[in-house]
Amino acid sequence: MTFEPTFRTAGLALAAALMLGASPTVLAAATPADTLVLADGIDDIVSLDPAEAFEFSGIDLLNNTYDSLIELDPLKPGELIPGLAESWDVSEDGMTFTFKMKSGITFASGNPVRAEDAAWSLQRVVKLDKTPAFILTQFGFTPDNVDDLIKADGDMLTITIDKKFAPSMFYNCMTAVVASIIDKETAMANEVNGDFGYEWLKTNTAGTGAYVLRSYKPQDSYILEARPGYWRGDAKLKRVFMRHVPEGSAQRLLLEKGDIDVARGLTPTDVQGLAGSPDVSVDADMEGYIYYLAANQKVEPLNNPKVLEAIRYLVDYEGMVNTVLKDKMIVQQGFLPRGYLGEVTDTPYALDVEKAKALLAEAGFPNGIEVTMSVRNDPLRMEMAQAIQNTLGQGGIKVTLKPGAGAEVLGDYRARNHELTLQSWGPDYPDPHTNASTFAWNPNNSDDAKLTGVLAWRTAWDAGEMTAMVDAAVVERDSEKRRVMYEDIQKLHRDTSAFVTMFQEIGLTARRNNVANLHTGGTTDQVTYWYVTK
Amino acid sequence: MTRMTAPDISSPRPPSQIARRFKRVASVVLALFATFLGLLLVTFIIGRVVPIDPVLAVIGERASQAQYEAAREALGLDKPMWQQFGIYVWNALQGDLGQSLLTRRPVAEDIARVFPATLELATIATIFGILAGIPAGVLAATRPGSWIDQLVRLIGLMGYSMPVFWLGLMGLLLFYGMLGWVGGPGRLDAVHEMMFELEVRRVTGMILIDTALAGQWEMFRNAVSHIILPAGVLGYYSMAYISRMTRSFMMNELSQEYITTARVKGMPEWRVVWVHALKNVMVPLITVIALSYANLLEGSVLTETVFAWPGLGLYITNALFSADMPAVLGGTVVVGLVFVGLNMFSDVLYRLVDPRAK
Repeated sequence: MTFEPTFRTAGLALAAALMLGASPTVLAAATPADTLVLADGIDDIVSLDPAEAFEFSGIDLLNNTYDSLIELDPLKPGELIPGLAESWDVSEDGMTFTFKMKSGITFASGNPVRAEDAAWSLQRVVKLDKTPAFILTQFGFTPDNVDDLIKADGDMLTITIDKKFAPSMFYNCMTAVVASIIDKETAMANEVNGDFGYEWLKTNTAGTGAYVLRSYKPQDSYILEARPGYWRGDAKLKRVFMRHVPEGSAQRLLLEKGDIDVARGLTPTDVQGLAGSPDVSVDADMEGYIYYLAANQKVEPLNNPKVLEAIRYLVDYEGMVNTVLKDKMIVQQGFLPRGYLGEVTDTPYALDVEKAKALLAEAGFPNGIEVTMSVRNDPLRMEMAQAIQNTLGQGGIKVTLKPGAGAEVLGDYRARNHELTLQSWGPDYPDPHTNASTFAWNPNNSDDAKLTGVLAWRTAWDAGEMTAMVDAAVVERDSEKRRVMYEDIQKLHRDTSAFVTMFQEIGLTARRNNVANLHTGGTTDQVTYWYVTK
Repeated sequence: MTRMTAPDISSPRPPSQIARRFKRVASVVLALFATFLGLLLVTFIIGRVVPIDPVLAVIGERASQAQYEAAREALGLDKPMWQQFGIYVWNALQGDLGQSLLTRRPVAEDIARVFPATLELATIATIFGILAGIPAGVLAATRPGSWIDQLVRLIGLMGYSMPVFWLGLMGLLLFYGMLGWVGGPGRLDAVHEMMFELEVRRVTGMILIDTALAGQWEMFRNAVSHIILPAGVLGYYSMAYISRMTRSFMMNELSQEYITTARVKGMPEWRVVWVHALKNVMVPLITVIALSYANLLEGSVLTETVFAWPGLGLYITNALFSADMPAVLGGTVVVGLVFVGLNMFSDVLYRLVDPRAK
């Protein structure tokens, strides 16, 4: 068969076009030497106002553009270091805290940092009352009293709280991003309808941090630019460029080709694929997320302690971390993530089908039971749910999965309409009270109480004596005693609650070998860019 | 069926011509408006009956009941449904599509950001599809049963049946990962993307056009190297469709009597096929191409995910998963507009290629 001339010409043209495409000019360029280029899924960002931001990507960004009065040392996890406050103190009665501001520090705008800025920033969190506001309002602040309780005088800031707390609890909360200090003058210059600059700060920054937000395109990218004269010393790299790359395997390719420096959204499969690559290293560290099952106590027979115990023996913890959760999670059966004060690391529960069957028979269900389990329909959670469904089935608990969109599953859970549900929880601030006050504390289990932010309430579980134990632990001033108290609460919780805490997440960060000093913040999930070199 | 060249029977225009034309335009506008209202109503109702609480999408897991109520009120969700719909339509008529719950920005602004990326990709993909699909279809039709026909059929079948996600990833692995011929995921390399963000004035939002307007030719070349692969993948699918349709239209056309007449007259075969026959299949083909283009303009979620392409498909899907109804409705309006626009455009094209439609 011969081609007619026209087709031969067309074929030649096509071949030429392909050759052109193959010319070396389109070969991938390396990333600029003064810029850290990262890829991650950043579509979780809903707001960049510190009073509202509460998602991983937003918190990462804000940690590098704002400072708070006191901070966690990125180099020594868990240790407090001065931020914008030079020193701080607490009164004898443990209810009044004073902070002395550092002098000579300026915001990115050039305005000096004053105690007044600090007072205003904390007050506005309470007055705006966005989701993370509870981190501050749990100390008794309300929009009406906050101007009296948080006061600036010269270079001193005084904060009065409404009852005794462990000072470490208060300090830990002050390191959270919600307590970032904002440039009052700049924010107020952009105020509309008395919103304390909220509309403007959703997409702009006005802080003291090492970087300034230069450009932000939602669900696409952001660019941070180093500001000269950062009080800790200038950032090593001039720019940080974050690209939204939702797919792990695309991130992996970009990293291998050198088109990005750091990939933060890789799956274990991607990481295993990177194993042989000479230019790339992978760092694994513990993240704060805990995965757990919650059993609604309004549902028969899930409110039977023997049934709950049987469920604890019907999860194949070890099997799952060796298969579907390999390199992704570790077994953790206390509700505090490892790395927190009071962590419990022993794992007494393991798959034991016979024991579980016996427990079910004791409970009066020798022929087993049937339940539904709601789960968010992302691939990892579905795999987890199927693994759990399988082993529960072996023990005689027939599980029907009820997958749904995130907001749908969450809505069911908050409305106490679930039976079993597979959920996760990340700590809100680096203090054990953050998880204790939600897993093991429930002052009013009635439907009318509507304590929708409290996990124990959501699953209709009366925490009993644990509520008082949590209240006692959060005011204990002796750190050693406090640690023991949280250990005791967790062990009791592990054996008797309506929760089955199972796993803690591992964070995987892959980087080109020339990238050094990237601190991801571990369980507090606050990444620092300003030490990074490449 | 036989076809003849229609004789010119145009008669002098009656005096009521202008009034009739006006009437026709008015009825088209009315039909358009009714279509949109229906479209909005259906989307709106679907958004309300799905068991997803949009308030939770805004406030997240931690919010207290008081914060929940406050957000619900701020979103206007405490009002009766018909009132919510009325407010929405009224605002939409003034160009305000509301605020996205996810990005907290005006939906119109969001769409202006994501749509050019999709438009750019879909246009180039469709050009690929036409350039490869029509010749392949014609070739197959002129040699039915030959190996060329079989090859075109095979390629077309693969185009129908291969998952785009897989094809995209394999393409990336081969042409970007191993051969380094094309750019990777994203619309530009990081270095260029950052410079584009900081230095290039945004005119159309389409990187190829904006960089060309700014005279940034290196950036332009980089953008070309990034768009080739995703456009190629999408173009492959549209090629598969166009070539199959071209083949069947051509087969039908080539059996017509006027073709036999032309051949008997001794007209060169290429002229018979490429001029006489092809010209006559252009009308149905335009519909096929317009439909395939419109499909691509809705945005392809999977392609956009694999290639980290911030387009309309990804935007609407994200919005759907998070019950972000303002964004879903806004996206629906745009997709509706695209369909209507393309319909009108293909009407115009009919008139150009088919004198009888004038």
